[in-house]
Amino acid sequence: MNQGMQLERLACVRGGRLLFSAVSAQLEPGFLLRVQGPNGAGKTSLLRMLSGLLSPTEGQVLWQGEKLSADRGKFGRSLVYLGHAAALKDELSPIENLLDACALGGLPTAADAALAALKAAGLRGHERTPVLRLSQGQRRRSALARLVLSQNAALWVLDEPFNALDTAATAWLTGLIEAHLQRAGMVVLTSHQDVVLSAAQQQVLAL
Amino acid sequence: MKQPGLLDGFKTVLRRDLRVALRRRSDTFSTLIFFVMVVSLFPLGVGPEPQLLRSMAPGVLWVAAMLASMLSLPRLFADDHSDGTLEQMLLSTHSLSWLVIGKTLAHWLSAGLPLVLLSPVLALQFDLSASATGVLLLSLLLGTPILSLIGAMGAALTVGLRGSSVLLSLLVLPLTIPVLIFGAGAVEAHNAGLGVAGHFSLLGAFLIVTLIAAPWTAAAALRISME
Repeated sequence: MNQGMQLERLACVRGGRLLFSAVSAQLEPGFLLRVQGPNGAGKTSLLRMLSGLLSPTEGQVLWQGEKLSADRGKFGRSLVYLGHAAALKDELSPIENLLDACALGGLPTAADAALAALKAAGLRGHERTPVLRLSQGQRRRSALARLVLSQNAALWVLDEPFNALDTAATAWLTGLIEAHLQRAGMVVLTSHQDVVLSAAQQQVLAL
Repeated sequence: MKQPGLLDGFKTVLRRDLRVALRRRSDTFSTLIFFVMVVSLFPLGVGPEPQLLRSMAPGVLWVAAMLASMLSLPRLFADDHSDGTLEQMLLSTHSLSWLVIGKTLAHWLSAGLPLVLLSPVLALQFDLSASATGVLLLSLLLGTPILSLIGAMGAALTVGLRGSSVLLSLLVLPLTIPVLIFGAGAVEAHNAGLGVAGHFSLLGAFLIVTLIAAPWTAAAALRISME
């Protein structure tokens, strides 16, 4: 059985404009797919298609040989999607946001595991501060802390994960991604920055 | 690892939204103040004639409650849409309909229930008898959850649109007319010395129908709006 994800001749039309067409790619366990392209090329739309948030205008996305949306529960547990917006509630603290996000993703997590994840993300001392009072970089770290707890999710789809991160956090995130690839996980990401990922199995998809 | 249950998503969303509402109490207060203002303007506008006030009280209180619950409705899904949590809800392994029920219940608890609890105080301005006030309270208690549920459908359809709040009111208010007629009608029937069981049965039936249909419809609408 095919363990990965196939993109078959995907096309996307948004607002009457063709963003991309005939995009095909194959993602195997342990592979990183990096989506590149100028602003407005449809990178986010492609990532939303892979996550099942957006249905392709043409073509199809196959996960383990089956069309997406066939079994949302199973695919949902294998997927972590971190979009452009950090998916944090301003009024809640990082720890509350993290626990809720894990519960919604079908991976209920204990509070001490979540605290450890936030500590790894460099948010020690800010666990209970409302997200409203955190800086952009800290908000991004808070959202990314979910990855520490999502090591069993096979597919990570990350939209501009390196935005607003400082060098220490960039190194931390790079390490997380590399460890995930070594566990035979799959990562799809977009990034404008030239982040050096030493993963051997890396493919670039230019839109 | 604990196996996720059917109601876990519902509970998570309900707890999260109640927490957010508790930390942003100004929303609840502005809804309440709007309700008090609108209701209080009527006795000032039409003059202190007890008979007239008594006969218009149910309608005024009901219409004001409807308008007040419209106030916070546009934000039901719009906030989640802009901060990205709505996408996470769509990707959740839990049923989206249950998540919608959780959100709607949290909306009713923070925007609907306070109106219901305040209504007896406002009824004093209209010289409503104690028993009529009781009927009013019960009719609002049955009716406001229907407003939240129908509102959730409208909010889901208009999420992400510009100027959605006016469109939302135009969509939702016509659908709530039956609730207004039977809710205010219950108090009028009581004042006229008639039984109110029929009105309450109909309100209860509306509540059950919307409780079954609205979350499912809103979930489908959210999936379409988020494409």
